[in-house]
Amino acid sequence: MKQQIIVSGIGGQGVLFLTRVIAQAAVARGLPVLTSETHGMAQRGGTVLSTIKVGPFASPLIRAGQADVGLLLWENNLPVHQPLLKGNGTVLINAENQGEGIRIDASKIARQLGNAVLANLVLLGLAVRQKSLFCSAQECEAAIRELAPSKFVEQNIEAFRKGLSAK
Amino acid sequence: MNKMNKEIQLLMGNEAIGQGLIEAGCQVAAAYPGTPSTEILQAVIDRRDAAVEPLHVEWSVNEKIAFEVALAASYTGKRAAAVMKQVGLNVAADPFMRTAYLGVKGGLLAVVADDPGPHSSQNEQDTRLFCMQARVPVLDPASPAEAKELVAAAFALSEKYQVVTVLRPTTRICHSRQNVPTAAPLELRRTANFEKDPTRWAATPAFLPALHRKLNANLEQIACEAALQPRLFAGDGSYPRLALVASGIVYGHLLDLLDELGLAGKIDLYQVIMPYPLNPRFAEKLKSDYDRLLVLEETYPVIELLLAHPGARGKQNGAVPREGELTPDVVHQVLADFLGLPQPAAAAAERRGQRPSLCPGCPHRAAFYSIKQCFPQGIFPSDIGCYTLGMNLGAVNTVHCMGACISQGAGFYQAYRQDGEVPTIVVTIGDSTFFHAGIPALINAVIQKARIIVVILDNATTAMTGGQPVPHLGIAADGSPTRAIAIEPLVRACGVDFLEVCDPYDKPAFDALLRKADRHSRQPDGGLAVIISRHGCIMDRRVRDSQESFQVSVAAHCSGCKICVAAFECPALSIDPATGKALVDRDRCIGCGTCIPVCPVTALGKEAK
Repeated sequence: MKQQIIVSGIGGQGVLFLTRVIAQAAVARGLPVLTSETHGMAQRGGTVLSTIKVGPFASPLIRAGQADVGLLLWENNLPVHQPLLKGNGTVLINAENQGEGIRIDASKIARQLGNAVLANLVLLGLAVRQKSLFCSAQECEAAIRELAPSKFVEQNIEAFRKGLSAK
Repeated sequence: MNKMNKEIQLLMGNEAIGQGLIEAGCQVAAAYPGTPSTEILQAVIDRRDAAVEPLHVEWSVNEKIAFEVALAASYTGKRAAAVMKQVGLNVAADPFMRTAYLGVKGGLLAVVADDPGPHSSQNEQDTRLFCMQARVPVLDPASPAEAKELVAAAFALSEKYQVVTVLRPTTRICHSRQNVPTAAPLELRRTANFEKDPTRWAATPAFLPALHRKLNANLEQIACEAALQPRLFAGDGSYPRLALVASGIVYGHLLDLLDELGLAGKIDLYQVIMPYPLNPRFAEKLKSDYDRLLVLEETYPVIELLLAHPGARGKQNGAVPREGELTPDVVHQVLADFLGLPQPAAAAAERRGQRPSLCPGCPHRAAFYSIKQCFPQGIFPSDIGCYTLGMNLGAVNTVHCMGACISQGAGFYQAYRQDGEVPTIVVTIGDSTFFHAGIPALINAVIQKARIIVVILDNATTAMTGGQPVPHLGIAADGSPTRAIAIEPLVRACGVDFLEVCDPYDKPAFDALLRKADRHSRQPDGGLAVIISRHGCIMDRRVRDSQESFQVSVAAHCSGCKICVAAFECPALSIDPATGKALVDRDRCIGCGTCIPVCPVTALGKEAK
């Protein structure tokens, strides 16, 4: 099993948390995983990108045209990070409007749950529903329970399930 | 701490190194935060309950101090580590260089994180080249798991030869996560025992030639250490008399690429673990066994220089880009060129995406806006931290290195004063940067009669790196209380007569204070003025919860002048393309209200939430 995933957004949208959840799901299944993350200055509202490589890889970075799946929390990043995706790669986008890729207004759903940041897990739920990722809903929920601060676990699970049952 | 018992953990490279320090029995760990190294000490702090030996952790005031604290701890026979980013080693260069000659006793490891790119640094300097200049062994890990393994190897090497060693991860190691096997910490049972030896620990020039000779002899032996020799992954002879040599994360990129191109196991491939000192016999072997080499390393051509192979392709002959990260795409192009393979499809022009900006509600934004508005013709030296982003508001004209802004402000003053009229010079420096390197610069500016305004942006944290404690909080790295060193008495003790404190959220008061400071700097009996701009970092939840929050609204008479978007640059404000008027992003606006006085037609208002 090999899968290359990108998670794209802007600083403050919970890209790092989403990256960790997916990577933790791989670790729990005993799969080798490598991620890369953006830290530092760019986290102050700038474009951030995480890469996740599940399977026998040695480098955490993804070459142009090699990503199987893209999870985009910030629609404007599409032209920036689309070149990383395979021609037949799947892209899931948090967006208000219609357009390219599989779209969901995850921020709106998250706002209804009380926090726009939860859009990250809504989008993850949608990706799992679409069977775009290597991991199952149960594996994602276990990873969320392991990583989320205890007082936010139920809210996080709810956001994930909203995405899982969307559309 | 139950997670410590698991054998395999998902760890960031920095966490893996922190875990490695705990496992190796490190007893004193000192650091100054800086991307990409920050999370290393944090990981040690988070795991301190797992340490079996007593453990002192500290966020030192700067990297020189961190290194010296760790150094003396090693003199007592205990294991110690100093952690910093690459430019931090410049600050610690003085003790570091001498340590090479004098040596250590307990294992001393400097973890110095490089930032090829750079992603979050002021240059792309290569710590491996620094180590060559200092004559210090340096290890170059290719993955988070290997970084942890090499912590143990570095301590062993340090103690075997009584030399300081360096572990040099790069950003892509520091900020990558991987399944990493963990182990129980070593029980070293050491007690502090400083054996006085002035010929070594206080060596005068008379003793230094002998120490230098000993160092050189050590380096010759270290270069031959079996465990740290370059590792060969032999090819099947498809590419005779040709080899690839790589180190660090680039080695990982190369492995994946060879696999994807169907070339794995076809070409002789060497991974260099210890770029310096490089075994001269390795260099000789490459010269005799291969006609052509491709050398891939970040960021400077260190291995390439030491190999001095006549058939080497690398940075010196332009086969490999000399600047920037060697990303997998770059490695692909270089390898295709070297092997005569088809070049990958031309990469799409790189697009930068959203630029970073100060957070909505950041007190620095309010301070910068006031500074720029009060002194449109001013000169604004600034410094390293979140507040570098004040350049988006046109209120940051220079950024150089930690603490440089005060001395640069003074230098601007001296140069302009010679010609008569001096523009208002407003220096901005963060609280953590002020403690790090600002105090000597402030003393110097005062005694040299530099009439500048120094604004200390005090947000009560080291914000850029995620909120490490600062000396005026009275909190130690492990969370325990300590003496708080207030900024005001320090500033006064530096000889500053004009000192005022103001919350930049109060724009009228802050503006008035800036003008008063300017008048003071121009009065016959005036001089340097310091304003402490004090408001907690908005990333700190307690700060947000404790301040008033408004529903910011845009009135119908908004003229669409864009001042709130372009000049004030709040990321929560944009211009609605449909109406041409300002639009508040409810997800990002924190309701601080600092934008309200910025609007020239008072169209921004507040409603109770």
